Amino acid sequence: MTTSSVKSAQPGAGDSARPTAPPKATGRRRTRRARPDRKAWLFLGPFLAVYLFAMIIPVFYAIYQSLLKVERSGPLGLGAPKVVFGGLDNYAIALQQDAFLEGFGRVLLFGIVQVPVMLLLSLVLALLLDQISDRWAGLMRATYFLPYGIPGVIATILWGFLYVPGISPITEMLGDLGFQPDFLGPDTVLWSIANIVIWEFAGYNMLIIVAQLKSVPQELYEAARIDGAGPWQIALRLKIPLVRPALILTCVFSIIGTMQLFAEPLVLKKIAPAVIPDYTPNLSAYFDAFSNANIYVAAAKSVILAVVAMVLSFGFLSLVTRKQRSER
Amino acid sequence: MTAVDVKTPPATPVAPARRPRRLTPGRIVLVAVLTIAAIYFLVPVYWLIVATTKNNDSLYGSFGFWFDNPQLLHNLGNVFAYDRHIYLQWALNSLLYAGVGAVLATLFSAAAGFALAKYQFRGREAVFKFVLAGVLLPSTALALPLYLLFSKLHLTDTYWAVLIPSIVSPFGVYLCRIYAEASIPDSLLEAARVDGAGEERIFATLVLRIMTPALVTVFLFQFVHIWNNYFLPLVMLSDDRKYPITLGLVTWQQAADRVPELTQYTIGGAFVSVIPLAFAMLVLQRFWRTGLTEGSVKE
Repeated sequence: MTTSSVKSAQPGAGDSARPTAPPKATGRRRTRRARPDRKAWLFLGPFLAVYLFAMIIPVFYAIYQSLLKVERSGPLGLGAPKVVFGGLDNYAIALQQDAFLEGFGRVLLFGIVQVPVMLLLSLVLALLLDQISDRWAGLMRATYFLPYGIPGVIATILWGFLYVPGISPITEMLGDLGFQPDFLGPDTVLWSIANIVIWEFAGYNMLIIVAQLKSVPQELYEAARIDGAGPWQIALRLKIPLVRPALILTCVFSIIGTMQLFAEPLVLKKIAPAVIPDYTPNLSAYFDAFSNANIYVAAAKSVILAVVAMVLSFGFLSLVTRKQRSER
Repeated sequence: MTAVDVKTPPATPVAPARRPRRLTPGRIVLVAVLTIAAIYFLVPVYWLIVATTKNNDSLYGSFGFWFDNPQLLHNLGNVFAYDRHIYLQWALNSLLYAGVGAVLATLFSAAAGFALAKYQFRGREAVFKFVLAGVLLPSTALALPLYLLFSKLHLTDTYWAVLIPSIVSPFGVYLCRIYAEASIPDSLLEAARVDGAGEERIFATLVLRIMTPALVTVFLFQFVHIWNNYFLPLVMLSDDRKYPITLGLVTWQQAADRVPELTQYTIGGAFVSVIPLAFAMLVLQRFWRTGLTEGSVKE
């Protein structure tokens, strides 16, 4: 086993910077015999079954639910409640809620600031790690990656303790220096959440960038050095363009992640009054479903959220790929 | 397993251009930035370690970054004993959800990715696009719809409610397809067929072995993803004996103003839950690296 997997692992790990063209069987006609290709559906079956059941059907079910509403019969609306088709009413209700729209605005603002800051930090760390000896780089990489293994809610509980005056050594130290920071105030709590998200994911994104850097053949740097490029030039002109695919990937995941912001504000809500139930779209949908018992509006909000997230990530992807094409 | 760590630093020529390191200003800045970053990433963990050793009074009354009458074992004993050992139950639940979920997710992804890479059949590209759409579908926006569906089917508040959705990993299928395309030669499959092996046997004996590095990646991703997941169990479960650690600790944290000692238990519980994963991160981050770029090659 060892030899075969070591060998075969090489192309996947080393060449991964460019897509390996699938060795297509065109041009060579295969004799029609046992038809192994029929078995494809057997292999696809288990995945597709769960995928349909736990991802696709819920989406359509949510869309269906979002089109329903409760109607009460009788003169004063006190009769038995009845579920009827409501068309796009729930969407209208959701989109007319200022708090829900403000939540969207908040998340967008959050993403515009947090995603670039985090990716810049990840990129800088990845590039710097490339400059030091392997042993140190390994230790540092592990250190930066560590928070990714800590669940978001637990990270939030931890940072929450570091934000709350009275228990936090950070506010205590800053207080000794004459600062009175309020990490949980209405203007600051969003950025305190951003800090938690950066802390959790900067190392993870860094690792994706590092992986791409490692896949660059060393001769390229050698050649640049011979041409007289310094470390700065190599980083700016060579390394950053080369890790572009990794940056695009991490950016798309970050956009999707930002839109879903949920656990961090929910946990901070307990200690930060500024975090209202509509703080993010996801929270808003959650509270509609479980506190206000209006699952139909909640379904509409979930659908809106999913659509916006997909539009943003697709939009970003097509933007960067179009730009890439026009550059060529 | 041993196969994988051999391969991480493969073809790179050993230590390119090893020059004597001098202390230039540039190097000092470099090391300073890296060290500050390391401190930033370690501070909450360090605080957690210190705080776990304190009693409730010193938690508020002493400096948070230094020890005060350490009583680690006493505290951890309390964490485990509280409420009929519920913390232990949560830990086992987390292990069950993440372990079983990730194993099945990996197997299903491997089979589907292999099929998409190595068989020609009608609708192949359509299926692949259909799977890719799932990668971009935000998973927490899905939790609520899932809840609505599962409550119709009377599946909520069961272990299945958390396990079934955890098995789905479109990104895993995507990784496996790309890896299978790059690493499994068609001639090998042909040879196995000529030797009379059935497709299932080829998959179980050959394909899974060749794909081991990708499978390790998918497994780890999915394990961490399920372990860290909060929204899904939150909406699905109401019986606190079925909670995973994440959910359990939040309920402790939120109840702390009624039961003050829960603050200490939350900290202790967080400490215990972080140890295995922190250790796993340290050991496994090099496996991780191998499969990660596989995802970034789409252009």
